[in-house]
Amino acid sequence: MENKSFPYSELVMEHFSNPRNMGEIENASAVGNAGNPNCGDLMRLYLKIEDGIIIDAKFKTFGCGAAIASSSMLTEMLKGKRLEDALKISNQAVADALGGLPPVKIHCSVMAEEALKAAMEDYEKRKNS
Amino acid sequence: MSGNFIYFDNINTTFPDEEVVACMEQALHSKLGNPSAHIHSAGIDAARLLDNSRAKVAALIGAQPDSVIFTSGATEANNLAISGFMGANPDYQLAVLSIEHFSIINQARKSKLGGRNVLFIDVDRTGLANLEQLAEFVRSGPTLVSIAYANPEIGTVQQVEQICRICRDQGATYHCDATVAASTHAIDVGKLGIDLLTLSGHNIYGPTGIGALFIEKGVNMRSLFEGGNQEHGIRPGTENIVGAVGFGKACEMAVANRMKWSREISVMGCRLWQGLSENVPFIHLTGHPEKRLAGHVSFWVEHIEGESILLLLNMKGFMAASGSACSSNLKGEDETDLVASHVLTAVGVPADICAGSLTLTLGKYNTIEEVESVINIMPGLVEKLLAMSPSYSDYMRKKE
Repeated sequence: MENKSFPYSELVMEHFSNPRNMGEIENASAVGNAGNPNCGDLMRLYLKIEDGIIIDAKFKTFGCGAAIASSSMLTEMLKGKRLEDALKISNQAVADALGGLPPVKIHCSVMAEEALKAAMEDYEKRKNS
Repeated sequence: MSGNFIYFDNINTTFPDEEVVACMEQALHSKLGNPSAHIHSAGIDAARLLDNSRAKVAALIGAQPDSVIFTSGATEANNLAISGFMGANPDYQLAVLSIEHFSIINQARKSKLGGRNVLFIDVDRTGLANLEQLAEFVRSGPTLVSIAYANPEIGTVQQVEQICRICRDQGATYHCDATVAASTHAIDVGKLGIDLLTLSGHNIYGPTGIGALFIEKGVNMRSLFEGGNQEHGIRPGTENIVGAVGFGKACEMAVANRMKWSREISVMGCRLWQGLSENVPFIHLTGHPEKRLAGHVSFWVEHIEGESILLLLNMKGFMAASGSACSSNLKGEDETDLVASHVLTAVGVPADICAGSLTLTLGKYNTIEEVESVINIMPGLVEKLLAMSPSYSDYMRKKE
């Protein structure tokens, strides 16, 4: 039985303890930053994009368990995705993939979505420059 | 509690001593009546146990037993102290320290909204009260002053003798929340001149669900709710006898042992801070460097977030606390329920830095081996989070 007294799902704790794709990508195709001024959280997403496909995604995050788990899950969801499909990933999709987040921590998944959008904007900007 | 955990969260609760548990168990089996049933022996036995426990609680603070009112805990005692006093004394103004517990702060906010003159006393960067500001305010009219003996989050112990002197000189009434100090400090309300004092069972190796308010004779108080004549009519409702028995036993043990506990816990606390400050990068102490509770080690670490360290510590079997916004109210309804600690912001720590705060508090059950084990493990946990932190990467890049 799930322990309701503990705020995080097993999957959140698993991603928090063993974050996937943590680190930076040298010569990344795009970098996106997002933060939450309420609690000082900060996420930085690095993407390597080739032929319209995200071939690698990494992150660095200053934040709580939910913020780190959301970052880790987002990078897992992004790898191998076409850009137009990646853009469809919502904060809710990240939260759902983690088996849910406590209501007070939904903003951590929002931060992940915002970092993704920021990275996409950065990619477009680099392409056009 | 399951597994072999090491408990460094004694500021939030202390586990009841086995002797306390044994006394409570015995009381539960004793077929006690209602202590207000003065005629039959079951009632008389209960009243006797209650009186006996009250005397032990009073002895902890050098008070007369009939000046101690049992409550459901420190929060209720603080509510009774502030609202019970302000309700009975409509000409009084109120001064509370800006880093008090929410059971004080929220009443002060309510009093202010109700039109009373309220001062939130400033603290300096170490958490000490601005006594000049306090003195000036109490000179302006009859005042209830509420300043806790020590702060649970940053450990700072206030200059209580000076506060008492200021209050006495100006005829102000002084309420002292001694919840987190009573197990390691010998507090004598008579010698110090404290008018109202809050105590809690579960912070002194006693049970939860029981606390007390000391009320000096002559202090005019009003009950917070209607009921019978229990506790001089100040706190109606059938008393929690079993809780009072446990609380009384805990106080009795504290009187006999608190100086020893204080010494031993203090030595371990000093070693803990020495070990952490020497081995953990970017670490900063919060609270006063010397005037602090025994065994209270509170700090923040640059570039990392408090809840993350708490979770990692917990996974390694260490239990601690954090003042970070992210761990402030995990059962809240939305992110607006997450707020940075008012204590840390009052001592000048910016909200985003509050995120990295951690409080490790030792108690009488801790050992020096446990302290050494957390000193050994902490640098690795911090390194793990630093490696994930974008602000740390930026810092290192700038440094290069």
